[in-house]
Amino acid sequence: MASLKTLKGRIASVKSTQKITKAMKMVAAAKLRRAQQAAEAGRPYAERMEAVMASLASKVVVGPQSPKLIAGTGAEQTHLLVVCTSDRGLAGAFNTNIVRAARKKADDLIREGKTVHFYLVGRKGRAVIGRLFPKQIVHQHDTGAIKQVRFADAQEIAEDLTQRYEAGQFDVAHLFYAHFRSALVQDPVSQQIIPVSMPESSGAVASGVEAAVEYEPEEEDILAALLPRNVAVQIFRALLENAASEQGSRMAAMDNATRNAGDMINRLTIQYNRTRQAAITTELVEIISGAEAL
Amino acid sequence: MADLHFELVTPERLVRSDDVYMVVVPGSEGEFGVLAGHAPFMSTLRNGDIAIYRTAGAEPERIPVEGGFAEVSDRGLTVLAERAEVPA
Repeated sequence: MASLKTLKGRIASVKSTQKITKAMKMVAAAKLRRAQQAAEAGRPYAERMEAVMASLASKVVVGPQSPKLIAGTGAEQTHLLVVCTSDRGLAGAFNTNIVRAARKKADDLIREGKTVHFYLVGRKGRAVIGRLFPKQIVHQHDTGAIKQVRFADAQEIAEDLTQRYEAGQFDVAHLFYAHFRSALVQDPVSQQIIPVSMPESSGAVASGVEAAVEYEPEEEDILAALLPRNVAVQIFRALLENAASEQGSRMAAMDNATRNAGDMINRLTIQYNRTRQAAITTELVEIISGAEAL
Repeated sequence: MADLHFELVTPERLVRSDDVYMVVVPGSEGEFGVLAGHAPFMSTLRNGDIAIYRTAGAEPERIPVEGGFAEVSDRGLTVLAERAEVPA
């Protein structure tokens, strides 16, 4: 049985851990609110972008002369998995889930005989992916200095990706991130970003009203200008969703940790009191039996 | 004459959503002014100032924008800019 002194020490240590997890939960909650606002503020742009892409896609015939970003390279041998994770741990299963989704996809692709490369955004994916696919990480993008995700950050990644694509380093790119549904639920999702999968043109787009739109410059030129931008927008959205998901996940994880620490303190306190009582009883018994012997 | 519904959106936020009289947009093939009832139109932007006229003859409010495109539909004018510097 643990001595009174060690029990006391353990209670104190669990208590200080609880203080830390509680503080982290509070910080995550505050950051979550900001990240969520940013994610919501970014939505109108992404939605309109999608609408414009859809209406353009319904007018432009995709052929071999189309930009490579939409027509593809003609092969689909080399796949690039862009995995967005966070830079910090202690966020529950957040990073694990994203990496697991990417790993599953990679295993499937490898089974089909494709070549798989990884492009990591954020620090936390490196450990697992580096162990499983040590030679397949082509680049690690450092997001450590970024506090609030800016569009320029997404643009930087998009430009790098587009350059690698033009240089023929890969044929298809998939983006992995956690979709933010609520503070408690985040789903890891995978999305093909290169070549651009065109949204199905809905009936409203193909109607006569839209057909009368004048374009300046020509549709093809606008599309060519929009495509790289669209990649950046998709990445930006992923980064924003990821930022919100990370904080949500951390908040839930830290809430759990705080509660577990509370339970543990209760258990230890009971044990401490029992041990103390037992020591007192033993002492009393000794005194009484000593007195009786006289 | 009805007002023109004008929206300026950047990836980071919705900058403006107003009913105004006229907006002059720096298109890549020349500036163009948009009034209410403009025909459906789409153009890419070059870097420059967007001039917003709240009422006819009023002093325009200028917002520098970088990259993006403008779309005129029956719902109004939407400018999707990569960056917009709004004076605080």
